[in-house]
Amino acid sequence: MEFETVIGLEIHAELLTATKIFCGCAPKFGDAPNSHGCPVCLGLPGSLPVLNRRVVDMAIRMGLAVGCEISHNSVFARKNYFYPDLPKGYQISQYDMPLCTNGAIDIEAEGAKRNVRINRIHLEEDAGKLIHDQDADSLFDVNRCGTPLIEIVTEPDLRSGQEAYAYLTAIKQILEYLGICDCNMEEGSLRCDANISIRPKGETKLGTKTELKNMNTFRGVEKALAYEALRQRDAAASGEAIVQQTFRWDPDRNRTVVMRSKEEAHDYRYFPDPDLLPLVVDDAWIRRAAETMPELPARKRARFIADFGVTPYMADVLTLEAAIAKYFEETLAFCKDAKLVANWVMGEVLRFAKEKKISVASLSVTPRRLGALLGLVAEGALSANAAKRAFDIMEMQDKDAAAVVAEEGLTQISDTGELSKIVKDVVAKNPKEVQRYKAGETKLMGFFVGQVMKATGGKGNPREINKLVSELLGQG
Amino acid sequence: MIDKKIVQHIADLSRLSLSDEETEEFAHQLASILGYVEQLDKVDTSNVEPTALVAPARDPLRQDEPTPSLPPDKLLQNGPKVKNGYFAVPKVINQ
Repeated sequence: MEFETVIGLEIHAELLTATKIFCGCAPKFGDAPNSHGCPVCLGLPGSLPVLNRRVVDMAIRMGLAVGCEISHNSVFARKNYFYPDLPKGYQISQYDMPLCTNGAIDIEAEGAKRNVRINRIHLEEDAGKLIHDQDADSLFDVNRCGTPLIEIVTEPDLRSGQEAYAYLTAIKQILEYLGICDCNMEEGSLRCDANISIRPKGETKLGTKTELKNMNTFRGVEKALAYEALRQRDAAASGEAIVQQTFRWDPDRNRTVVMRSKEEAHDYRYFPDPDLLPLVVDDAWIRRAAETMPELPARKRARFIADFGVTPYMADVLTLEAAIAKYFEETLAFCKDAKLVANWVMGEVLRFAKEKKISVASLSVTPRRLGALLGLVAEGALSANAAKRAFDIMEMQDKDAAAVVAEEGLTQISDTGELSKIVKDVVAKNPKEVQRYKAGETKLMGFFVGQVMKATGGKGNPREINKLVSELLGQG
Repeated sequence: MIDKKIVQHIADLSRLSLSDEETEEFAHQLASILGYVEQLDKVDTSNVEPTALVAPARDPLRQDEPTPSLPPDKLLQNGPKVKNGYFAVPKVINQ
């Protein structure tokens, strides 16, 4: 029997605010334990949560970016569970009345497009950190408690690990464009859980699902889902029932491991939080949020193709991060040759940023400097190789193109008078090759051009040299 | 209907251990409390919007501006057990 895989994802994204969701503590990690906490974080009697306006603003913008409806009234609920990572004994979340509902985005995987519906985006607080392996006791740090999160929940619309990867990448890109999350899965600022089931092709009812957790990289999500889809197919083939279970992805062994069975599923006993009034968002607020939205990746990509004539692949790379797209467009202000600029941004610029592990925005070669350098290339004053050399030096010594080109003597020799003297000299020195060439061995052209290039120290304009050599030898 | 089984389940979720007598007693008490509140079910609410809270006010919002956190020693002062700047709790691993 042929099966179809059905996947739904839940993404948690930590929002880049200055303070926590319900109090004025800073949501900072890596600092000394228990240095960012207050009575609200600790759930002390008499403390009251007060919602951070910016959290709502960021969530509205994410909702709008994926086509959600923004609720005028949404409600915070207590999700009750007894575990010491949250001192209150409950997490403040949203349950039956979330802030954003009914969105969708288009993704592309394996050459096929798919529309992925987003059921909801809701607000919640993060839990604190527990350390289990340093002491006979478990150790608790309150710093992360109350860090603002949005949870983005899809409908079961994904059909493979590759699609899940593509969806995750698209969501990450939007979060980064909006500047509301730094999207570091390894550090946990972006987290992804998955529900996965299989069903016979053509069936519309959902099969029994399993849950996947602990996928700490984008590729981990893809691999874990591919693994679990196969495992479920194998189980079905051998007549085994699929049990509703939670699995943890083990990246070292490339397999899933059972976490806990759903029989002991948490009974969260959600109820509206009496400490918080319903969140009222009026149309004016939504309009203001819409007005501050940046151009999103899909639109930017289409514009780059239409306006600058770059290929769809180039547009993909150039819009991967908002910073790259910005760098590209700023460089265009100083050098109009869009394809030349695109190739350089995709080549040298990204290579250097990657090597130095910094954003393109932090390179010493700024868009203005790169534009000036490429201007020299476009007008023929600098060969591509010399420009690459100049770029390296500009980056390392933090200098302008003109200064480096002058100091290193990189200017290309395009002066026909000067080049023609060298060409004549080379021809005179190689009479045997001239004879062979004239006897029909035309591939020796390369030899002559090479010799001339060598004599110019690599600075000769290749197009001019070619022209001069063929003129001279052609004349006999 | 609240019975001993539900009381035991709620106690488990809250990591409380109850004796048999207590379970019996709380089942009785909770049933009578809920029975009292259940009188409200007689009111026809089919045309009334669900209400989480009765206060008419809007939720007050806060600007995203930091306020000082508690100094760690103060923050930890009520912890029954503190080690190296952490609250120490009985070893729990979520399986």
